[in-house]
Amino acid sequence: MVSPNVELLQQDLHPPLSRHEAAVESDRCYFCYDAPCVTACPTGIDIPLFIRQISTGNPGGSARTIFNENILGGMCARVCPTETLCEQACVRNAAEDNPVRIGELQRFATDHQMATGRQPYRRAPDTGRRVAVVGAGPAGLACAHRLSLYGHHVDVYDARPKAGGLNEYGIAAYKTVDDFAQREVEYILSIGGITIRHHQVLGRDVRLENLQRDYHAVFLGLGLAGVNELRIEGDTLDGVVDAVAFIAALRQAEDPAGLDAGSRVLVIGGGMTAIDAAVQSRMLGADEVTLAYRRGIEHMKASRFEQDLARVNGVVIRTGLQPLRVLGDEGRVTGVEFACMSGDDGTWGPTGATVILPCDRVLKAIGQTFVSGVLDEEGGAALAMEQGRIRVDNERRTSDERIWAGGDCVAGGEDLTVAAVQDGKLAAESIHSVLSKG
Amino acid sequence: MADLSSEFLGIKSPNPFWLASAPPTDKEYNVVRAFEAGWGGVVWKTLGEDPAVVNVNGPRYGAMHSTDRTLIGFNNIELITDRPLQTNLEEIARVKRDWPDRAMVVSLMVPCEEKNWRDILAKVEDTGADGVELNFGCPHGMSERGMGAAVGQVPEYIQMVSEWCKLHTRLPVIVKLTPNITDIRLPARAANTGGADAVSLINTINSIISVNLETMSPEPSIDGWGSHGGYCGPAVKPIALNMVAEIARDPETASLPISAIGGITTWRDAAEFLALGASNVQVCTAVMTYGFRIIEELTQGLSDWMDDSGYQHVSDIVGKATPNVKDWQQLNLNFISKARIDQDLCIQCGRCHVVCEDTSHQAITAMVDGQRHFEVIDEECVGCNLCVSVCPVEHCITMQQQLDGVDARTGQAISPEYANWTTHPNNPSAQR
Repeated sequence: MVSPNVELLQQDLHPPLSRHEAAVESDRCYFCYDAPCVTACPTGIDIPLFIRQISTGNPGGSARTIFNENILGGMCARVCPTETLCEQACVRNAAEDNPVRIGELQRFATDHQMATGRQPYRRAPDTGRRVAVVGAGPAGLACAHRLSLYGHHVDVYDARPKAGGLNEYGIAAYKTVDDFAQREVEYILSIGGITIRHHQVLGRDVRLENLQRDYHAVFLGLGLAGVNELRIEGDTLDGVVDAVAFIAALRQAEDPAGLDAGSRVLVIGGGMTAIDAAVQSRMLGADEVTLAYRRGIEHMKASRFEQDLARVNGVVIRTGLQPLRVLGDEGRVTGVEFACMSGDDGTWGPTGATVILPCDRVLKAIGQTFVSGVLDEEGGAALAMEQGRIRVDNERRTSDERIWAGGDCVAGGEDLTVAAVQDGKLAAESIHSVLSKG
Repeated sequence: MADLSSEFLGIKSPNPFWLASAPPTDKEYNVVRAFEAGWGGVVWKTLGEDPAVVNVNGPRYGAMHSTDRTLIGFNNIELITDRPLQTNLEEIARVKRDWPDRAMVVSLMVPCEEKNWRDILAKVEDTGADGVELNFGCPHGMSERGMGAAVGQVPEYIQMVSEWCKLHTRLPVIVKLTPNITDIRLPARAANTGGADAVSLINTINSIISVNLETMSPEPSIDGWGSHGGYCGPAVKPIALNMVAEIARDPETASLPISAIGGITTWRDAAEFLALGASNVQVCTAVMTYGFRIIEELTQGLSDWMDDSGYQHVSDIVGKATPNVKDWQQLNLNFISKARIDQDLCIQCGRCHVVCEDTSHQAITAMVDGQRHFEVIDEECVGCNLCVSVCPVEHCITMQQQLDGVDARTGQAISPEYANWTTHPNNPSAQR
């Protein structure tokens, strides 16, 4: 199949702001008192200050302001749903329905600093303390960086061959072009004092009880290793694919154009992963991509911007469709039968009608789950759970006094990169305060 | 339709907008373009004696920008015309002949000898020009040679040269004043005493526009060095407004016509100068920023405003605001105003709160009943206008006069009587 759009995979959604564009845009910031954008940022970046630093010709200082709160500020500038976070809070919305482009300005500043290859930080003298971090995703990396900053040594254990977690394996290519995820990992590690150990699967290659024995503290940034299954007839037919695995394969492919994306693709789900999978299927050359979601458009976890992005790329979004069974022929998927749903009376339920959407590929994107089994090892820590994930307090402490956790694997989170970074940062501060007491 | 036609010292022009003596009026080509665009008149860039001066061959301008790169201040180290006198005179004669309805005033600067002034005045008269403007204002380059501001800073010289010029020409004589002086009324009075027909002001202000932090050279930089220049543009307008008003309300010079110069960029700027006592205005930086075509906005804007306000002639506006310019001790201390925030317009930026809290009177809330909410606390508000000044939304915060009742801040009943500092009980020298 010839794809006319495959090059889009490696093009920025928003081209980086030029210096002039950044100057014009930064001038729009009002430098608000107790700025609502800061409150809306899960990592609490001092947004008015960093924008003012861009405006006054100090992009390096601006980047330092960002990195002070969010060492993954470069990736967050690319993947944050700013339209529901900082930019939604911008007072320019009230003024003229057009917020300051905070995300793009953040990218301008962080790109500037990362291009110098220098971190604006110097590690504190070695404390002799050692911390184990499990998971080299955003939470783990943020935690490791801050601990290293304070002079602790950090070993990061990760199951995959590359660090970065979902940044490397789980988001659309066009959000992190030019191998940004790996460049950011290298940038973070350049602080020193952090060792990454790859191919280390918790419960298989590394045991929690050993980590507790060998380190002064442990941080778990495990992410969500499982995916929800459709649990309907036909969900094991050939051509029924897990969207997370599809995205990971695409991100790691030497030549994405060589991947089979199918020609009539049905994406089932309503979150960011569903959109990423649908849009990338189109870019890979699928003729028809339909995203089927069980409830109304307003219930989709994907932001309005993401929905529009899908539409612009030729994805048809259909709502009120609950999958009933996957249809097949000779073991291969040929379509999905849905129950039509309606929420007219306030609660969503089947209308009684059904519809069949033919397809040659189904991408399942109905959510990921925390695999808690790794924690149930014999002699290991029995961590308290909540809603299927690890329970933590405000400082990201688990029920075990020497184990902290953060990111998607903890309860009550927002499943956002930026929230994971905040978890890692808070946990590092908490760990540091404990280690400092002796 | 308002009548924009203007007469200044008997010099007629279709509108009160002249181009000031400066680079835009240096030669025929530019001036013709200006007249084609609709400018009412020009003051030709200052003529001197041959051999002509020479300018630097590097940057001669520098700018101060707001953060959105709007040019708000401008500075130059250019000298008077660097072209031969005869070339200028021939071009002046030709342009005046071709554009008889436009004002053609010629700016002059020669050494402080009567003969030098007499000679050049005769040559200018021969061109058919409408008047002369004596450049006693230029603050750089020429002042070091005993001309320009060096004359303008000594009232006796102003009077002397004005007398010579009135003696040796029938043309109206305008004296252009430098602002680089403590009290602008003194040079204006000297011009008046010397018989000058009018003053024009302000010329540029001594300035260093910026320092290059890499080379440590002042800008504009000539081979690593810089020199002070003349500052102009929108940022100098308040200084010019005050100086115009000072002359207009000085009993000695109240009847001396004024041609106002200083940061005039919009019709509104022009109207303000007219209201403070100027009879016409001269523009430079605005055209050097946007080109001559802004004359359309200037004339239409002034005309529309005059129509809306019931003014028929430009002269109807002149001096309308002058009587309202007072010394501070004449201001009514019984006038009470409080800030009011229009909650429908408020965008919740909180700038009014933080500046009042940090730098003024702690008179604006940030939080009310646990909600982000900005509202004036009358018990603390002194009516200072800081919040109005910093609010990004026009008309969101306004000052409202308290006409009756009690001032919540002082607990004093609001008096309808006028009372100023001269009679205030706290004034040790109050006239009781």
